[in-house]
Amino acid sequence: MAEAVLQIFRGDSKGGAAKECHVPLAPGMVVLDALHYVQAHQLPDLAVRWNCKAGKCGSCSAEVNGHPRLTCKTRMDALPLDKPITIFPMKSFPVIKDLVTDVSWNFRVNKKIPPFQPRAGAEWKFDQKDVDRVQEFRKCIECFLCQNVCHVLRDHGKKEEFGGPRFFVRVAGLEMHPMDGASRAALLRKELGIGLCNITKCCTEVCPEEIHITDNAIIPLKERVVDEFYDPLLMLVRKIRGAK
Amino acid sequence: MSDRFETHEHDVLIIGAGGAGLRAAIEALGQGASVGVVCKSLLGKAHTVMAEGGIAAAMANVDAADDWRTHFRDTMRGGKMLNNWRMAQLHAQEAPDRVGELEQWGALFDRTDKGQILQRAFGGHTYKRLCHVGDRTGLEMIRTLQDRGVQMGFDVYMECTVTRLLKDGDRVAGAFAYWREHGRFAVFKAKSMVIATGGIGKAWPITSNSWEYTGDGMAVAYEAGAELMDMEFVQFHPTGMVWPPGVQGILVTEAVRGEGGILRNKAGERFMERYDPQRMELSTRDVVARAIYTEVREGRGTEHGGAYLDISHKPAEYVKRKLPSMYHQFLELADVDITKRPMEVGPTCHYMMGGIRVDAETAQSSLPGLFVAGEAAAGLHGANRLGGNSLSDLLVFGRRAGLAAAKHANSVRASAIDSAQIDAAEHDALAPFQQKDGESPYAIHRDLQASMQKLVGIFRNKEDLERSLGEIDKLKLRMKRMSVEGSRLYNPGWHLALDLRSMMTVSEAVALSALAREESRGAHSRIDFPNLDPAWGGRNNVIQREGDAMRLRQEKVLEMPSDLKQLLAEGK
Repeated sequence: MAEAVLQIFRGDSKGGAAKECHVPLAPGMVVLDALHYVQAHQLPDLAVRWNCKAGKCGSCSAEVNGHPRLTCKTRMDALPLDKPITIFPMKSFPVIKDLVTDVSWNFRVNKKIPPFQPRAGAEWKFDQKDVDRVQEFRKCIECFLCQNVCHVLRDHGKKEEFGGPRFFVRVAGLEMHPMDGASRAALLRKELGIGLCNITKCCTEVCPEEIHITDNAIIPLKERVVDEFYDPLLMLVRKIRGAK
Repeated sequence: MSDRFETHEHDVLIIGAGGAGLRAAIEALGQGASVGVVCKSLLGKAHTVMAEGGIAAAMANVDAADDWRTHFRDTMRGGKMLNNWRMAQLHAQEAPDRVGELEQWGALFDRTDKGQILQRAFGGHTYKRLCHVGDRTGLEMIRTLQDRGVQMGFDVYMECTVTRLLKDGDRVAGAFAYWREHGRFAVFKAKSMVIATGGIGKAWPITSNSWEYTGDGMAVAYEAGAELMDMEFVQFHPTGMVWPPGVQGILVTEAVRGEGGILRNKAGERFMERYDPQRMELSTRDVVARAIYTEVREGRGTEHGGAYLDISHKPAEYVKRKLPSMYHQFLELADVDITKRPMEVGPTCHYMMGGIRVDAETAQSSLPGLFVAGEAAAGLHGANRLGGNSLSDLLVFGRRAGLAAAKHANSVRASAIDSAQIDAAEHDALAPFQQKDGESPYAIHRDLQASMQKLVGIFRNKEDLERSLGEIDKLKLRMKRMSVEGSRLYNPGWHLALDLRSMMTVSEAVALSALAREESRGAHSRIDFPNLDPAWGGRNNVIQREGDAMRLRQEKVLEMPSDLKQLLAEGK
């Protein structure tokens, strides 16, 4: 039977190195299947996160041959098998062990976002066309691959100043909800630092849910921030009224 | 604080962060309780996220004739009348309000032309009843609940697994758990606890369930003295993927059939005509699963041992809009474009109707202070669950459990936990590290799954079930010689070794109950007793621990009031 050679990262917060493993190939096999084979036959303590194995929960993110992927949706037969397949943890988050990283920062950012606030007195009726664009944002499975590739986080490490694409998608889902009455423009500008995004679209490219993160979420939100804070007419009105 | 374990204290401790656990947490927080939520995975990854088809609630947005009475009747008939009638009534009556509440909290369902929540047809439901978001309803639900709970302020302990309930006399008083990340221990003290840990599918190899579904909640409650009920009723969903091998068991939503999908065998015959000519593909899950299984066994299956499920007669754009994740799942994992070709599907272990026995109104188990909601609880679904009734179950009984747990916490004093229990829990958790060169937990798990698939599957008989109990005994002996490698730092081998104990308990309970029930009803099919037996229709199997032995007894099914009996006699 044909087999694949894997180079799997083994290590923890103190460091580590790739370990070579051999896995027999089966039709339709995905990288997560290969990792489970390794757990059952070679490395029983190999740390991997996964849940649904069907691309719905966003748990099994890793970097396969350098590309951020859900391992449950990455087919072995789509990878070149004449050389070892490298499987490494997401680079932008601290390693706990092997392929498992500490993603708790994301949950802290999420807490900063004001919740859905229905407009008072509005009737709860709206059409499919009103929800279509918001439903796109709500497809997000929180795999954090977009956070992982965003260069503001990955290369510049600005976790204190920047919320990252995942949370722009979340805010877009709230801001564009047909019944929501809150404004999160100040949050976007300050705490989430949306101005730091220079729309290179790396996030959009890796999204397994094919959410148009940059075009449909980030750019409209940037426009919202500009409208609210930099509109010359509004700025004049604010100045006259003495508001901040 | 001890250096052996950390301690946390809450009024209400919720174990499990799927739909039921989160809904319970929201309700308990609303009552002013301090709430802790312990979950095996990261927040938002629980099994609810995989629910696809929708939430059943008689809102009558699409079919104006629908009401709670019809929903109640459908649920009872689907469950072959073994359901706890009061749970079925509360569920049907309260589900519409619970869905409306979700919308008020920000959930965005698909819409009707009039701007209301759209509802779709599903197996066993008389009317179009399932509120949905394409085929990712569970994701919408869990995000909505998660965001609300986080804002209301519960404390979440993620990637933390409970291995034992701690008691103060007869009362439950807390839980012992380990952190997956570093392997250290935690003791949670609570006045009330809600178990919302879901099902047991991981005891079978072909399953739609994730690694988490090892029956922990049922097992720890059983160990603590709670009663389990209806454990023979394991739902095999008719449509799981069958090819390629790595995806075997992954769910193909019933919404495919709800949207008009047709089942055919190898010869192209629409075989449901022979099994349920009236309801065809939208028959109940037990019937459709047996039909597919029978077609395959009798040589009319597809190349990879399944049936064809075809939706390609619908416009491609419609399929992509209503079933987006099915479209991508088949395209990416099986190289099948479902807008052009049929899917290959077969039964997959999906859901546990049985579980911890509870009171209908309060969701309290037989142990004071221990509440249960969702799949971990028994009663609502009887012998077979209708699709869509699970998400509504989570909301209705999650809320009830949270409410009752908060009230209970208000009415009792804090309890004391003696250190001997904690010592024993710690000893048990570390035991697999003490063995050297023993067997791998992965091998024992594989053998348990093979045995359950072969001997406790869709069709059962006395001989197989007796053999399965013998197999479980042997596996338990092997577990005593099991060892794990590596350290306590994020060690899945160790985690599996501990999960295996839960799986053994629930597997034994399933086999024992299935052996006792000498009839076929709903999801429980005995080849040696192929018919319904009215005498068994009046009895639930109840399981309780007696020393180290598992004891089974029968209890009479709750008597229904006459107005509801009348309701069930009406209609087709």
